Amino acid sequence: MNAIPAELLNILIGLVAVAASVGLIGLVMVWVERKVAGHIQRRPGPYEVGPSGALQPLCDALKLVGKQLFMPLGADPILFWLAPVLAFLPVLLLFLPLPVGDGLQALDVNLGVLLILAFSGLAVLSVLLAGWASNNKYGLLGAARGVAQAVAYEIPLLLSVLAVSFVAGSLDLAQVVKGQGTWPWNWNIMTQPLAFLIYIVSALGETNRAPFDLPEAESELTAGFHTEYSGMGFGLFFLAEYANMVVVCSVATALFLGGWHGPVLPGPVWFVLKVSALMLLMVFVRWTYPRVRFDQLLVINWKWLLPLAVANLLLTAFFVKLAQFA
Amino acid sequence: MIKEALNTVSDLWSLMVGLRVTKDYFRAPQVTVRYPWKAVSNIATYKGHLELVGGKTGKPKCISCGMCALACPSNCLTVVKRKPPKPTPEEEQALAEAKAKGEKPKDKTPKDPEKFIYDFTLCSLCGTCMENCPVGALDFTGSAYLAGYSREDFHFDLVQLLKNQAGLEGMDASAAPETGQSEA
Amino acid sequence: MTTYQNNDHLAGDFYTQNFAKTAGEGNLILNLGPQHPSTHGVLRVVVELDGEYIMRAEPVLGYLHRMHEKMAEVKTAAQFIPNMGRVDYGHALGWNWAFVGAAELVGGIEVPERAEYIRVITCELNRIASHLLWWGAYLLDLGAFTPIMYAFDDREKILDILQDPTGSRLTYSYYRIGGVAKDLSADCIRRIQEFIPWFRSRLPMYKDLVSDNIILRKRIEDIGVIEQEVCRRFGATGPVARGSGIKYDVRRAQPYSVYPKLDFEIPTSNLKCARGRYDVRMAEMEQSLRIIEQALEMMPEGEVLVKGAPKPSWKVPKGEGYFAVEGARGKIGAYVVSDGGKNIYRTKLRAPGYCNLSLFAEVSQGTILADAVAILGSLDLIIPEIDR
Repeated sequence: MNAIPAELLNILIGLVAVAASVGLIGLVMVWVERKVAGHIQRRPGPYEVGPSGALQPLCDALKLVGKQLFMPLGADPILFWLAPVLAFLPVLLLFLPLPVGDGLQALDVNLGVLLILAFSGLAVLSVLLAGWASNNKYGLLGAARGVAQAVAYEIPLLLSVLAVSFVAGSLDLAQVVKGQGTWPWNWNIMTQPLAFLIYIVSALGETNRAPFDLPEAESELTAGFHTEYSGMGFGLFFLAEYANMVVVCSVATALFLGGWHGPVLPGPVWFVLKVSALMLLMVFVRWTYPRVRFDQLLVINWKWLLPLAVANLLLTAFFVKLAQFA
Repeated sequence: MIKEALNTVSDLWSLMVGLRVTKDYFRAPQVTVRYPWKAVSNIATYKGHLELVGGKTGKPKCISCGMCALACPSNCLTVVKRKPPKPTPEEEQALAEAKAKGEKPKDKTPKDPEKFIYDFTLCSLCGTCMENCPVGALDFTGSAYLAGYSREDFHFDLVQLLKNQAGLEGMDASAAPETGQSEA
Repeated sequence: MTTYQNNDHLAGDFYTQNFAKTAGEGNLILNLGPQHPSTHGVLRVVVELDGEYIMRAEPVLGYLHRMHEKMAEVKTAAQFIPNMGRVDYGHALGWNWAFVGAAELVGGIEVPERAEYIRVITCELNRIASHLLWWGAYLLDLGAFTPIMYAFDDREKILDILQDPTGSRLTYSYYRIGGVAKDLSADCIRRIQEFIPWFRSRLPMYKDLVSDNIILRKRIEDIGVIEQEVCRRFGATGPVARGSGIKYDVRRAQPYSVYPKLDFEIPTSNLKCARGRYDVRMAEMEQSLRIIEQALEMMPEGEVLVKGAPKPSWKVPKGEGYFAVEGARGKIGAYVVSDGGKNIYRTKLRAPGYCNLSLFAEVSQGTILADAVAILGSLDLIIPEIDR
């Protein structure tokens, strides 16, 4: 009997765990988002189903599953249904290289960061397909915005990540985490505060979260690229958005906030705690600010984030080289 | 140049200030009322649909003059007057005698209406009927929780409603959601 | 392959087709509305888009026309008052006042002084409520979800106060020809007195959360610049005109009621953009508080409805009159022509929103879609009022 390679087994278990956790994270995040939004707005949020309304997202998900899948007249059926699937599937892949704890990683590749950045780029394709295939003018406008935004924000995101990689000398997320210490002053955020800031802003843009939710800007484009999606088609987009949020927050945690490092508590707990804190920040940002305008969004990127990221990268490279000589 | 940089910093600071406000309110107590489980407290002055005011005897004060129906902008009131009671033989005789003497017969018809039909679907709660009632026989209820399954649920006979209410004396009318007496 | 059924409806209706005739090559014709999150009801704006830029915009009205002016011809003056609460749900008492004032003018009816003060107090409270509604909804248009909840928290307090004398929370029908329907109770006055300092303490929060926010400032500064000349040409009034620096307020320009006795300022802004209109409205809320404060102090005791006030069957004497009040959105006018018959011969209502909206086609030209939404919101449109 041939033994299954350990590597493959690892990935398989990881994929199953990821698929299960993505669904769970989606549900939990919907609940957290609504609860936090409610409390910010001085109302209780969901509270009727389950303790503090914790089962409400489950009911909503069931409702979405049960709804009719509707396709508008004149839409391209293949592309139309491909889009939500394409939005969701790459997300599963993004979870694989995330180092939740020491050695607790589904796929230990030495180019983990690159893998994540490469596959998160696929999300744009789904936005484009959804907007284009649904034969809707709002959808088309949303898709056009989505592409311009994602392409623009990927660059400073990449540059800020690269700066950290320079310091750590690796593109492997686990290696980057191992290079950091237990206490906050040992984390990369201390050496790369600017990169962290750029990363967070770009991450908001990359995940289409408010105030950068231009592709779905509801007061302008009704619902943007997913205007015509109902039922689980919409549900998948929704799930993908939250899963993407978790991914960018996890990467931020691993790169800047010391990953699983932390005193007293075990590693994975620290990791989850840090990710949750970042997610909470994103939720707060969404419910506090107005939406930026589309040209302003690009101005922020091309005029501020990109030059700053480049300058930061050059400076980092300079100091890294200097440290080598010294 | 320096001024511009300072402006940028203060601009970015404004974002922090916004987050501080939402953070403060996040921790502040909620202001909404969990409605079906808790009643709202501000309906004491609310004007609900119309009702007839009962007199001392429990009968409506209304004298069936029809001023309200005339004044109503949306024609949602219909007052049905009582028919004169059938006179007994003695009374009939007395009436004939009086007629022979040239006296005007005294109207014995009770003044309170037989029916006071009120179509709440049309009413805009302006209060014009109340203001024009010569005897003050109309009033607004405080009923804020009125609901029904059909249009006919909102066609009330206010006389009937008043009778029902007299039967329910002692119960807090504003607390319990009222059930409309349907008069299809 | 998709089978296409009858696609006639996709070609658009008369307005779209007419609009499309003169559209530029390769431009997109987009219907914003009648169902659209930021048109607040059933306004429809046909826009021609080149990319995100608006080449042309044309508001299409009439989706909420309820024939209020025609209804005035089949009702007596007193019976028409409830209609006025329904014209504009934002500032219902302003409309109450315009019509009642016109009827009093034609009928030569004096209003007791206490009633005048009550009208001022309730009308100004309603103005604050209207501005709060606008504030929340406008920020919702700009993508901020939370401010409307805070605004409604405050607005709810005003509605509770106004519910006491009027009995309703939105579509008030409170003023009567010759006074008001009910006196303010002692409890109501106490609540108003409590509300004033409380609301003053809320205004800094509004400033911190929204007015100073850099994202908001970038969104509304220098957007939708309306020149004074344009304002005059289209007959824009209210905060729209004042936001362009025209110091026109009916309360001062054509003084009515007891406003001449009250000390308040007319806030104006020379920015001319959406920010100017925003600032004017925020300042107006403070001024309204000042007016209420003074009116509460100066309010005499006495009757609230003149003796022998007109009954519903009251015939407006032969004549005509025009009465204008300053509404939350601008000059609300009611023109009443009576031939002495049972019903008023003709009532013309001047809706400020109608004039303010007509600016939009000109102002939005060449802006981008998101700005168009910001401009539309800054005009503070209440569609039922525009369609009447």
